[in-house]
Amino acid sequence: MTPPRHGRLWLLGALAAVLLPQLLRLPPWFSPYCVALLGWRLAIDLRGWPLPGRGLRLLLTAGGVGAVLLGYRTLFGPDAGLALLSVMLCLKLLELRTLRDAMLVVFMGYFLVAGGFLVDQSIFVGTYLLLTVLLLTAALMALNHPAGTADNTRFYLRRAGMLLAQSLPIMVLLFVLFPRLPGPLWGMPKSPSSASTGISDHMTLGNITDLSDSQAVAFRVQFDGPVPPASQLYWRGPVLWTTDGRRWDPIQRDASPSWFRKPAEHEPLAEAIRYTLTLEPHDEGWLFALDLPATVPAKTFLTGDFQLLLRRKATTRQRFELSAHTVYRTGTLAEAQRRLGLQLPPASNPRSRDLARSWSALAPETIVRTALALFRDQPFWYTRQPPPLGDDAIDQFLFDSRRGFCEHYAAAFVTLMRGAGIPARVVTGYQGGESNPLADYLIVRQSSAHAWAEVWLQDQGWVRVDPTAVIPAERVEADTDVQRFRSTAAPLLDIDIAWLARATARLRYGWDALNNAWNQWVLGYNDQRQKELLQKLGLDRFGWQGAVAIMAVATALVLAGVALQLALRGRGRPDPVVRTYQRYCHRLERVGLGRAPQEGPWHFARRAAAARPDLAPAIDEITALYIGLRYGTAAPATLPRLHAAVAKFRPGRSGRT
Amino acid sequence: MHTILNQVVAQAGQVIVGKEHPIRLALACLLARGHLLIEDLPGVGKTTLAHVLATTLGLRFNRIQFTSDLLPADILGVAVYERESGEFRFHPGPIFAQLILADEVNRATPKTQSALLEAMEEHQVTSEGETRPLPEPFFVIATQNPANQIGTFPLPESQLDRFLMRIELGYPDARAERSLLAGRDRRELLTELRPVMSPEQLVQAQTQARNVTVSPALLDYVQALLEYSRRSPHFLTGLSPRAGLALLAGARAWALLSGRDYALPEDVQAVLPQVVGHRLQQVQADGARGSVALAAWFDEVAVP
Repeated sequence: MTPPRHGRLWLLGALAAVLLPQLLRLPPWFSPYCVALLGWRLAIDLRGWPLPGRGLRLLLTAGGVGAVLLGYRTLFGPDAGLALLSVMLCLKLLELRTLRDAMLVVFMGYFLVAGGFLVDQSIFVGTYLLLTVLLLTAALMALNHPAGTADNTRFYLRRAGMLLAQSLPIMVLLFVLFPRLPGPLWGMPKSPSSASTGISDHMTLGNITDLSDSQAVAFRVQFDGPVPPASQLYWRGPVLWTTDGRRWDPIQRDASPSWFRKPAEHEPLAEAIRYTLTLEPHDEGWLFALDLPATVPAKTFLTGDFQLLLRRKATTRQRFELSAHTVYRTGTLAEAQRRLGLQLPPASNPRSRDLARSWSALAPETIVRTALALFRDQPFWYTRQPPPLGDDAIDQFLFDSRRGFCEHYAAAFVTLMRGAGIPARVVTGYQGGESNPLADYLIVRQSSAHAWAEVWLQDQGWVRVDPTAVIPAERVEADTDVQRFRSTAAPLLDIDIAWLARATARLRYGWDALNNAWNQWVLGYNDQRQKELLQKLGLDRFGWQGAVAIMAVATALVLAGVALQLALRGRGRPDPVVRTYQRYCHRLERVGLGRAPQEGPWHFARRAAAARPDLAPAIDEITALYIGLRYGTAAPATLPRLHAAVAKFRPGRSGRT
Repeated sequence: MHTILNQVVAQAGQVIVGKEHPIRLALACLLARGHLLIEDLPGVGKTTLAHVLATTLGLRFNRIQFTSDLLPADILGVAVYERESGEFRFHPGPIFAQLILADEVNRATPKTQSALLEAMEEHQVTSEGETRPLPEPFFVIATQNPANQIGTFPLPESQLDRFLMRIELGYPDARAERSLLAGRDRRELLTELRPVMSPEQLVQAQTQARNVTVSPALLDYVQALLEYSRRSPHFLTGLSPRAGLALLAGARAWALLSGRDYALPEDVQAVLPQVVGHRLQQVQADGARGSVALAAWFDEVAVP
């Protein structure tokens, strides 16, 4: 059976929509190939071009597969697989003859839609793919509607929408209850093309002269209670111990000393703050926990320098339930740590070391204060574009350029401390975060990346010191987005910049809140959260088998409901004549005179009248009216009389009249 | 018209006692412009029924006794050379009458049978290249003897389909048989019968029957019956669309006999056994054989 023409055109349209995201993503040779094949098919349908011969089809197939192989060096994996599927889908169009072929293409289209989620799961793509599902379903309907025409667009769309809406409860059920596998989706290997930016595991002064002010989100945080003050919002990342004078490195995970591998003691001095952190993938092995981490969630471990490390690199978005003690005191300092905390390369930065040595007689607290006073009182500037530094980078910064950002201040401070005999280390991570005014959470962006110092003081343990924070405001070269925008655009537009800035900020926050909700509730719904939900529902003791059983039962219930509704509708709203007559039959049935299904109205009337002579006149009247309306030629105007007669018809129990 | 038709039934009932229902069915068949097949044992009044109907309706009546050596020409007629005029002249066969009784139709060879059946279908006879119309109304009552099957050619299903109804007369009940035995000779009674209706009135009645209203609701019912016969596990094959048309025609005629100008499900049910009985084959051959028993399956179909 040949699919109808309007169905084929629908199919082409839907396929174009399905292929569009692939075209944008796949290598450039792919677009002309697919567009040409789609166009060819369009010419076949509209202009009556012949289908290509077997030889040409083979050639095109070989070309397509070859191109995928050349582009990806494999036919497997999500990227190459999707490319291959797209190629095959386009090729199938050139041998689409029967309805069966068309159905196959539709289902391949659905498959490609599902495959699209392997690559991108953002809310935008999700919405678009949902739209393509609607189009595919409409195409499916058009294909199976031989009597239709291309004008039935709204009909198909409405019907397809209705179908999707009807499938929604089952979709939700499957989403909530289908057993979730721990770990990333199907253990899919991460596409190599999708590298993420973020904090690196080391820090080199002077190399980077322009700090990233990327607005990309590093992670989002929702506090259980109120948000702590910004001065406490230090999100701890890699702790850097060793230095060669320019470059600072953390302790390597695979060659770590024993103290590093077990959590260090600390004494909380305040209630723990509980929060939920949703980490964006950054392809590295650490988590940014609030100082100091008090809980160690699954799949992480706490190191001796209070880093919360991931057992596996963060290649997917993950959600962590955490808590922190923002006021604390750490314990004693192991000898190995002390040695590491005082390490300085012997020949580097002589001027800084001389300065530090001159302070070494002072009390440790005084040394810290003195160093901070140096930054505060001398003309040190905070700038995002510091001048490049040479080999003795700390010396140049401290005595010559005096311009830098957090890394310079942290590194210089730690160098001074170590030179003065106080164990110190650099901590990198993020500071602060902007709270989304439209939703109750904090966004921490890449531009909030920060580096600060920690010094070890007797009786206090490790104390956080942020040397960048002492730079007075007037020595900060501020160039935030709004200021940059103001300086360039305002004179040209002469509009209320503040209002515009507020509006854009609002839009951005709204979009971020939407994304956050999507991440939290749709993408972040993993095995853990499923377990929690089942626990809340009291269903957890049945395990995943229980979830499957509940899912099956619930799906069956939904389907039964739909079936019941269809059955009721199938019985339908019969025309008023039949309804009225059925009412009359029902009343007779209550007095023991049920109409047999195969009994015609006249026979029934004879039998009923014989059984109840007292009712005979009414029965005769009603039957005559009904027969006239339903089988005879009575005018519809007699319907009210039938109504009235049936309304009056109240048969009592036998014997009474 | 209703009165006249009832008179016909009443008069026939005087001669064939206790068989009002078969008489009505036969009349309905005639009104529906169909042909009738009577399948029953000899001596239950098949021939008498045909006679009575012919006389009461004022129809020209011919009886053809089918035998195994009967030839088509014996039914249709032959062209005979006439010496005086020197040309062939067609001598019409017994088929040129308004009511034909084809007795024991299954005794003749298939060739002869089909000559009759073609004439029934076409209402005309073609012989020697010349087509001659048969008189109107034209009504064939064929009889078949089910008991004696040796040396017979039973009509195949496709031929049976040409008959609108197949009825069985059956033995009369005790009271009717008593009056039959005590009463006068049937042959004598037949000669005394007077026509109640003219052939013109019959044609008019046929037209009226055709104009009986059939509502969509009734069509629903008929379609449900057809659908049922096709899906039911009790039958080898389902009813054809022609059977559906026959059912409607029969129901219309029955409605007219009942004095109505619209058909009811009851009318369909009244003619259902006789209309579908010979068009269906039961899966279980050893089951009930009668048309009525066969049609009882259709009680499973609800009246919408």
